[in-house]
Amino acid sequence: MAEPKTLKEQFWDPVAGFGVTFRTMFRKVVTEQYPFEKQPTAPRFHGRHQLNRWPDGLEKCIGCELCAWACPADAIYVEADSNTTDERFSPGERYGRVYQINYLRCILCGLCIEACPTRALTMTNEYELADTTRADLIYEKSDLLAPLLPGMEQPPHPMLLGKDDTDYYRGDFAAPPVGTEPMPTRGPSDHANAPEPEGTH
Amino acid sequence: MTTTPEKTGLVNVTIDGIQISVPKDTLVIRAAEQIGVQVPRFCDHPLLAPVGACRQCLVDIPDAGNGKPIPKPQASCTLPVAEGMVVQTQVTSPVADKAQQGIMEFLLINHPLDCPVCDKGGECPLQNQAMSNGRGETRFDGVKRTFPKPIALSPQVLLDRERCIVCQRCTRFTDEIAGDPFIALIERGAQQQIGVADDAPFLSYFSGNTIQICPVGALTSAEYRFRSRPFDLVSTPSVAEHDSCGAAIRVDHRRGKVMRRLAGNDAEVNEEWISDKDRFAFHYARQPDRLSHPMVREDGELRPASWSEAFAVAARGLRAAGSSAVLTGGRVTAEDAYAYSKFARVALGTNDIDFRARPHSAEEADFLTSFVPLSNEVEYADLETASVVVLAGLEPEDEAASIFLRLRKASKAKTRIVAVAPFTTRGLQKMNGRLIPTVPGEEADALRALADDGETALDAGGVILVGERLAQSHGALTAALELARTTGARLAWVPRRAGDRGAVETGCLPTLLPGGRPVADAGARVDAATAWGTGSLPDTAGRDGNAIIAALAKGQLGGLVIGGVDPRDTSDPAATLAAIDFAQFVVSLELRLTEVAARADVVFPVAPVTDKAGTFITWEGRPRPFEAVLANPASLPDLRILAGIAEELGSPLGFRTPHDVRAEMESMGPWDGARAPLGPVKEKKAGRTKARAFVLSSWKHLLDLGSMQDGDAHLAATARAAVARVNPAAYDALFGMLGEPATATLTGDRGSVTLPVEVGDLPDGVVWVPANSAGRGVLADLASPGSSVTIKGARR
Repeated sequence: MAEPKTLKEQFWDPVAGFGVTFRTMFRKVVTEQYPFEKQPTAPRFHGRHQLNRWPDGLEKCIGCELCAWACPADAIYVEADSNTTDERFSPGERYGRVYQINYLRCILCGLCIEACPTRALTMTNEYELADTTRADLIYEKSDLLAPLLPGMEQPPHPMLLGKDDTDYYRGDFAAPPVGTEPMPTRGPSDHANAPEPEGTH
Repeated sequence: MTTTPEKTGLVNVTIDGIQISVPKDTLVIRAAEQIGVQVPRFCDHPLLAPVGACRQCLVDIPDAGNGKPIPKPQASCTLPVAEGMVVQTQVTSPVADKAQQGIMEFLLINHPLDCPVCDKGGECPLQNQAMSNGRGETRFDGVKRTFPKPIALSPQVLLDRERCIVCQRCTRFTDEIAGDPFIALIERGAQQQIGVADDAPFLSYFSGNTIQICPVGALTSAEYRFRSRPFDLVSTPSVAEHDSCGAAIRVDHRRGKVMRRLAGNDAEVNEEWISDKDRFAFHYARQPDRLSHPMVREDGELRPASWSEAFAVAARGLRAAGSSAVLTGGRVTAEDAYAYSKFARVALGTNDIDFRARPHSAEEADFLTSFVPLSNEVEYADLETASVVVLAGLEPEDEAASIFLRLRKASKAKTRIVAVAPFTTRGLQKMNGRLIPTVPGEEADALRALADDGETALDAGGVILVGERLAQSHGALTAALELARTTGARLAWVPRRAGDRGAVETGCLPTLLPGGRPVADAGARVDAATAWGTGSLPDTAGRDGNAIIAALAKGQLGGLVIGGVDPRDTSDPAATLAAIDFAQFVVSLELRLTEVAARADVVFPVAPVTDKAGTFITWEGRPRPFEAVLANPASLPDLRILAGIAEELGSPLGFRTPHDVRAEMESMGPWDGARAPLGPVKEKKAGRTKARAFVLSSWKHLLDLGSMQDGDAHLAATARAAVARVNPAAYDALFGMLGEPATATLTGDRGSVTLPVEVGDLPDGVVWVPANSAGRGVLADLASPGSSVTIKGARR
């Protein structure tokens, strides 16, 4: 048999729960108005990748596939090819002809960034990686390459900063051509875009 | 120890505290392998002579076998074991370990850190052993020696000199194995490097092997450079399809594309070497004209069709055409050849089948029927132990590369090489062989004369290798058999193409059924018919290739099933094409849209060897089975297509996969009855050499314009130049007034070709040209070998 309810149980307990409601009404709202208002991420947030360029616009990627090798999710696919004197995409002999990152597989762990020997691959803070088809989530090289800053030239073109790749890697070239101020990219943060140093890792 | 010949030859040594008995003269580095200790090494290679160039394999010898220690660490790759020797490797000796780390540090001082762009990165002995036997951190902070990179040793082989650690594996290979010492060490000290003469590029048929044995990434191929990394590749063992040697290869592929091929390791066949053709010629399967779907001809045009429609149309057409014949070419696997053979007998009811897409004769058919099937008298190892090897109608360097390397190895020991050939080729020079200068057509006499030739001294320890070209010389094959019988020497037939021997074994001949069963033998026919479950088999010998072409042209044959035949290889290319045009109904099984496929009524795409399982049978008679490298369900083997047509014809063949065929061949077994006797050789036609005419001699270079070498410009650029050769007297007579360099215009009954001329030690009245190195080939453009041509000189 049920005990008869006390006065407290009859009258106070039903309204006690509303105390939380009333208290919260006078506090600061924590709701983020995403996607109408975007909040900046932590500066070292692992977002979408970016393939960086030298200050003259040549690609830093040499197609070595160390990123693909490091990738625990097998998300990266690279095919390298030879630069020729007529068609040069990067300093040195080798460049990445095909570069794909499959964001259906990528876990954004950043091991690829650590593996990259030329700092060609870095991560931006861009996190909006959703799409409607599987095919669209395989980012091609054209999607991943950093935008051309003022003073950069669209490859293929000859090496403008030095006579060979050693000059590039040793940094034996004059200051980048004028007007290479970092420009905003489509990511919330643009620091990964600056010519030196790239990325945050 | 797996090989313990005699107890007396064994030496007891102690390595890292473990006692082991090894044969006398074993190197310490090999003895250490047997107890599972890997001493790091770069220059050491089991098939090359010890040199001790890299010094990486230093070990400590506390007791040299005489009770005294060797005071300094020793290179274990040049040190033979001695009784009672005590060896301490890096595993137990800090001295050896420190010495190895020191050497590694020296090697790495000038080695660039470009592993990310280096083709060897990921499969590099230097990388691996620097990790296992080197120091973790570098102490070197100077500037590394650099060279401009890379230099092209040949159009195919590139050298990055700064990566080279001067182990000399490549120069030793070219000198010891291939006999093409185009590259050598030049300069001294830190500038020491591999060099090549400016006017003599590294044009060796075996240059690719140096890339494979280079322990660093100093040698790379233009063809594979930067194409992929080792960890991308899936490796499948396979067998080379370019000659009848059956060389073991390793096919490395990525995402359904073959990226490169490497030599496999088969001590009984090709050891660890393959020719550049086997290594680099694989792009033919990815050419844009590769067929992807069946086609049938409608209103004069080929249009795409479904498989089932194409099977039905092919069957209907063949039935309507009345009698039909089968030409298979020499490129198909043994399983496919068996399917062609059974298809001809069971589905078409004819013995009109021939695999010989080249000049051939009835005498050769007799030879192939009675002698070749099931014979395996000679193997590679026998070439090394033979006292003398006679080559007739065979130029091993061009036509059977693995045989050439074996013969060269044998000739460096004690085997004498004798060639019945028109001139001393580079290959024969490298084998230190003796030439018996022979005018084409007179090989039979030359072979007969060999029986009493004191210098050759052919006896039971000798071997006679006859090439398929001997068929072009009247009576020569019979003479070779006779020579083998009288001297006791063993005889082997060496065809050029990978599928030729398999086609003989499976009965792709008008006089032969599978397993060596002669058509003429009623018992053999009944045996085959029982195995196949058919009532009877056609009992008359069929037409051979030439007769099939003639019968088609005359309308005696209506239908033709033709697979993998290049008309330019046949005895009379123009007649072959005309016959195919004239034939009532042609079914073509092709990889690519060839001249034949474009003329056919039904075209079926067939699988290249990468897409199917199969077996090639080597010239020795050794089966070399392989599995499919790539999984490509749309790519069907010839046998599946023939089975499909046969089903529509109402006489199913009873198999659909290569494995079905293997099982059927296994259960059918070889013929144990009597062989067909050799027929009498017909009288030779009277010679009709014109005055001032030259007899044409010809064979194909290893690298030429063959369709299976398409798609690799770098490889094509390493081919030998097409030159005509005459003897000095003829050269003076024809070109003496013109001065060098001269060109010769050769005119035969099918046209004329113009080529540069070189002098060789040819007999009078003989001219040699490569068969398929210019234009459409000698057979189509000039004349058939053995016939006479005229030469006109001109200044180049």
